[in-house]
Amino acid sequence: MSHADWEGQAKFTIDGREVVGYKGETILEVARREGFDIPTLCYHEALEPYAACRLCLVEVTTGRRTKLVTSCIYEVAPDIEVKTSTERVIRNRKAVLELLLARAPDASLIQKLAREYGIEKSRYPLVLNDKCILCGLCVRACHEIIGASAIGFIDRGTERHVGPPIERLSERCIGCGTCVYICPTAAITLKDVSKPMPGVHKHPYDYEAPDCSICGEMNLESESKVGEK
Amino acid sequence: MIKSLADLEKVASEGERRIHPPHLKVMVGAATCGIASGAKDVIHAVEETLKQFGNGAASARTGCIGMCYEEPLMDILKPGWPRITYSHVKPEQVAEILSAVKEGKVVKEGLLGKIEEIEDYTRNTRYRYPLENVPPEIAAVENLFGLEFTAKQQHIAMRNCGIIDPESIEEYIARGGYRGLYRVLTEMKPDEVIDMVDASGLRGRGGGGFGTGRKWRYCKAAEGYRYVICNADEGDPGAYMDRSLLEGDPHSILEGMLIGAFAIGSQQGYVYVRAEYPLAVKRLEKAIDDARVHGLLGSDIFGTGFNFDLRIVKGGGAFVCGESTALMASIEGKPGEPRAKYVHTVEKGLWNQPTTLNNVETWANVPVIAVRGAEWFASIGNPESTGTKIFSLVGKVNRAGLVEVPMGITLREIIYDIGGGIPEGKKFKAVQTGGPSGGCIPANLLDLEVDFDRLWEAGSMMGSGGMIVMDSETCMVDVAKFFTEFLKDESCGKCVPCREGLSQTHEILKRITEGEGQESDLDLLEELGKAMQDSSLCALGGSAPNPVLSTLRFFRDEYLEHIKNKRCPAGVCTALINFEINENCTGCTLCVRNCPVDAITGERKQVHVIDQDACIKCGVCLDVCKFDAVTRNTRNTHSGGKSQ
Amino acid sequence: MDQLKGLVSENAYTILNEVEEKRASLIAALQELQVRYRYLPEAAMRQVAARLRIPVAQVYHVATFYSAFSLKPKGKHIINVCLGTACHVKGASLIMDRFKRDLGVEQDETTRDGQFTLQGVRCVGCCSIAPAVMIDEETHAHVRQDKVPEIIKKYRPSSPVTPVRHPPEPSPSSQTSGKPGK
Repeated sequence: MSHADWEGQAKFTIDGREVVGYKGETILEVARREGFDIPTLCYHEALEPYAACRLCLVEVTTGRRTKLVTSCIYEVAPDIEVKTSTERVIRNRKAVLELLLARAPDASLIQKLAREYGIEKSRYPLVLNDKCILCGLCVRACHEIIGASAIGFIDRGTERHVGPPIERLSERCIGCGTCVYICPTAAITLKDVSKPMPGVHKHPYDYEAPDCSICGEMNLESESKVGEK
Repeated sequence: MIKSLADLEKVASEGERRIHPPHLKVMVGAATCGIASGAKDVIHAVEETLKQFGNGAASARTGCIGMCYEEPLMDILKPGWPRITYSHVKPEQVAEILSAVKEGKVVKEGLLGKIEEIEDYTRNTRYRYPLENVPPEIAAVENLFGLEFTAKQQHIAMRNCGIIDPESIEEYIARGGYRGLYRVLTEMKPDEVIDMVDASGLRGRGGGGFGTGRKWRYCKAAEGYRYVICNADEGDPGAYMDRSLLEGDPHSILEGMLIGAFAIGSQQGYVYVRAEYPLAVKRLEKAIDDARVHGLLGSDIFGTGFNFDLRIVKGGGAFVCGESTALMASIEGKPGEPRAKYVHTVEKGLWNQPTTLNNVETWANVPVIAVRGAEWFASIGNPESTGTKIFSLVGKVNRAGLVEVPMGITLREIIYDIGGGIPEGKKFKAVQTGGPSGGCIPANLLDLEVDFDRLWEAGSMMGSGGMIVMDSETCMVDVAKFFTEFLKDESCGKCVPCREGLSQTHEILKRITEGEGQESDLDLLEELGKAMQDSSLCALGGSAPNPVLSTLRFFRDEYLEHIKNKRCPAGVCTALINFEINENCTGCTLCVRNCPVDAITGERKQVHVIDQDACIKCGVCLDVCKFDAVTRNTRNTHSGGKSQ
Repeated sequence: MDQLKGLVSENAYTILNEVEEKRASLIAALQELQVRYRYLPEAAMRQVAARLRIPVAQVYHVATFYSAFSLKPKGKHIINVCLGTACHVKGASLIMDRFKRDLGVEQDETTRDGQFTLQGVRCVGCCSIAPAVMIDEETHAHVRQDKVPEIIKKYRPSSPVTPVRHPPEPSPSSQTSGKPGK
């Protein structure tokens, strides 16, 4: 808990290079600003960090102790040494990606990341085949940015999934399409159903858009996505 | 209202009269396990009998003294006699036993032992029963605390369990209760209390083994509105000491929390208790009400200006809520998900305020330390693991029950001396400690001294103190699968390694137990397990692979038997085994009548036959057969495939 | 008190706590509803959400996260077969299988007559009397497969509900009638 006892700027190193961070900043924020490559799936600069995807793990040495930390929530401190691609870091990222590939083999972003880490095929059996990787970006954006909270997590453990409450159309959905836009694996699609319907969320990953309450028209395309073909 | 030591003494003398009344008193162990073993009917019979006796005879319910294997237990206190205990009491025996006692006679059947004196750890005294005209049968019976099961035990946290009526604050006070709180509030400064607990060496009994005094010190140093929490979400399957303490001595937990609250400067506490423990909740509610009525909770306690109150929060049934940040999220009304922050809860815990969380057993130790001092407590156990620890000794062991022993005792002493070894002369195979986060310890480590650090070195952990003994008929692959399945359901599902890793681990273990495994699976399990330990978000995920890794470490051969020879040596994994009826069969048709799927055919007096395709391998035929005529094959001799 | 050196006064904390405790009452409120209706009706969840000003999506997450809650009506009697470690090594899964067969339901299902919901529970803390089965708030010790039908029978309302339909038997002793204390 010693890293709290300082004010202002912190000088520290990332992969041997000296960098400067400010009180309250996380390693990930400083690293991205300084051009270091740390992969993430559940992080978005507009949202509270969530620490669920575990890809942003880095090694941090403070004093004589070296440990694996989650860079999206670990706050910088003077004189820490951050290493973004040690053998241990890579090994754990690979493990996470191989698990995700077994869950979402059709998600092109996962395929691409896995390939970058030398994984062509997961050794694990396909148990689910779900494009959704439960990064929670959609749920958090809907809550934190839009303020609608039209979708949420449901259940726990391996049964956990995303959907509107009571698994039916949510009357709180305003059809803004933010969830579709922010989803890294194109697991959410938006349909123009052009029917007078109060909400749009029909199914966890298959959202229907109503007529726009202002102009009466709505046409959102969802298939072209960042990281997708 | 209790405001002074004199008030406390007054209540104590009232409680003393209740514990040792000047007339006949009968007590029945009425914790959940006692009730399940038939205590309710015994209590009913006792009440009926005593009603006929009239003049002052009383009955009382007590908590569990730990001798669960002897339940239902009935204790009789007759003035002039030592306290005597009957075991396995049946309702129909009660009248006979009690009538004999009334006339100064003794029924010998079922008489387990006597108590001539009881240790009062809090006040460092012993209560001696005044003896006169003790019948020779009682003089000859063994001392209850001298039995094999009890001789090596030392009941400090369980000091009142089975001794007092847990619903009586007077009886708690008569046994030295609330003296620790009085001493702390009137004689000590908060920092001195922290120093004392620190010096006692008390470590968290809930799993991690973090120094309690250190925790309190960090919390006191943090700024904000501080909270204390009692973690009574006893989730480890196979551990029930917290339930037993809550049901047997709830005030000891309240007093511990009051002392902790004073030390760190807190006015509000929470007890987070499992909803699956209805009796514990009920007794805790009663204790809190009584403490409020007596002014021991609320404002200006003992006239010192110290204010503190407590609230009970009932859990919603989620194992992950045993993790401190998940528990706090749950108190806040949210899903029990561990939070993503590198700030300890002693600084920012419940509602982001400094919070001290300890488990039931830890809190129960505090009042005794407050009266007897740090040095006394530190003299018990090992230097790095002081005091005693309660274990729930269960599974394939002769004497199952709760066992409170000094730290540093060996596994062998616990399992063989106290537990009486393995039933039916079977072979000890392993003992599982630490719940789903722990591991299985094999026979060659039986002389291991049990404390926080030794268990850790053996690839397991103390956890909350569950000890499940396993014999040659327990399959270690099945055990690993069991824990993995448990955790798969109980993981919150937030982070990838825990959620996906458990799902895949379970899948691989499943195929091994079905004879579909490959040798490379074992390396994959190990690789995945290590990654889960390293990269999971919280302690649940980080320790989730422990059951798999520890069984792989000590019982790899058993895994290989499943994979290479399609054989389950313990005869558990249904896909790999089958049952057959041998020539011992006398044709009694008992198995035919008991088979739930009508898979056994046979005429009276003729050898029966199991239809292998219809058999679901439940083993009822083997259980009911009186002639050893059913064989369990550890390899499926009927290669026709799986039956389900 | 010297430990409250922060900017917010003690009274302000007390007020803030009340606000926070309002949200915290969500789980207790749902528990109450679960007891009353034996499940969480949608309308009730929506009302709770409105009263506590919590989005329905978050209420639904809580309702599906904790195993104490059910979205489908549960039976009159809840059979919790303990699947804890001690019970597991003593054959709890066989006991569960027997209940499934005898009741004709899978785990977490309710019998068609609405009498029983069969559940697995992760340790009821009665490990010394394993395998244990908890029905409503009553715990059964050392349960054996062949004893399962007997246990179920105890809770089945085949025995008299009203004394009119079932006149009292003339026999002098009633050995097998219900046990006292229920």
